[in-house]
Amino acid sequence: MLGLSADRLQADMNRLLTLLFHQGVLDEQFLQLQELQDESSPNFVSEVVNLYFRESDKHLRNLRAILMDRECLDYKKLEIHLNHFMGSSSSIGAKRVRNVCLAFRAASEQNNRVGCLRSLELLEHEYCFLKNNMHELFHIEQQRVMAAGVRYPMLD
Amino acid sequence: MAIPAETQFHVLAVDDSLIDRKLIERLLKTSSYQVTAVDSGSKALEFLGIHDEQGTSPSGSSESQEIEVNLIITDYCMPGMTGYDLLRKIKESSSLKDIPVVIMSSENVPSRISRCLEDGAEEFLLKPVRLSDVNRLRPYLLKGKSKEEQQQQQQQQQQQQPNNNKRKATDEGLSSKNTRQRCNGLTVL
Repeated sequence: MLGLSADRLQADMNRLLTLLFHQGVLDEQFLQLQELQDESSPNFVSEVVNLYFRESDKHLRNLRAILMDRECLDYKKLEIHLNHFMGSSSSIGAKRVRNVCLAFRAASEQNNRVGCLRSLELLEHEYCFLKNNMHELFHIEQQRVMAAGVRYPMLD
Repeated sequence: MAIPAETQFHVLAVDDSLIDRKLIERLLKTSSYQVTAVDSGSKALEFLGIHDEQGTSPSGSSESQEIEVNLIITDYCMPGMTGYDLLRKIKESSSLKDIPVVIMSSENVPSRISRCLEDGAEEFLLKPVRLSDVNRLRPYLLKGKSKEEQQQQQQQQQQQQPNNNKRKATDEGLSSKNTRQRCNGLTVL
């Protein structure tokens, strides 16, 4: 019966992933991450993605702080953070987040504060959506691993 | 080219992004390369045994590096020393100029790409880098290795050998064609 449960959980994971790909939340780069995970690096995907979340939380805080600065809006600083955020989003396959960063950067290059604010809101929304789904995915994976009776080190 | 079976290729990866460093490290290790990853151009030069101000190894060319590097793969956009600056410094160094250098960038800027290739980069990869890209690096590593052995033979025999370091686009048309394809945004899935 344990085997059946693991299979069902695997199916749940696949379904969630398919949905995320279909919605454009993730792209092929995420598949590449999965391909790089094996017995020698069994938690590679969650390690990289958790690292991404730690860094991205900071980027978002910084972006908000820069934009909310009444005195002076440092667009150059904004773009530096955006480039980092965009790069790492692209590296893990977070397509929608990356695309919002792109639009955000365009608004910043035009010194368009209102456009930037709109982009920030959209970015926070997309990022939140991604994060929730990734946590859900890892949660199912952990359950699947336990159901399959394989011992993996637990993270986070 | 006789490469001893025990010899592993050693790649030096340079990227200021922690996530990208983790990624490239994993990509390279999966391909059975030994990897050293650093977060800046200046740390890369330090590791290679040369300092910013000088172009040559401080201890002379015969015992240049204890650590052998067969390929350098570097991000283009880095604060301080860019990947391009690093490329220039390596090609200007008598002890390091034969190490193949590959540049990575998230931006597809044709002028940037051609400038890097003209100034000695073997390949320009668009990020995110995939396993298929890393597989394409093998010929450069083998070339670097055989150049290393050639140099060692030169030192032993004390003979002048013509050393053509310039990579002509026509000689390796296939590689540059692949690079062009990437530049045009045709991502191979």
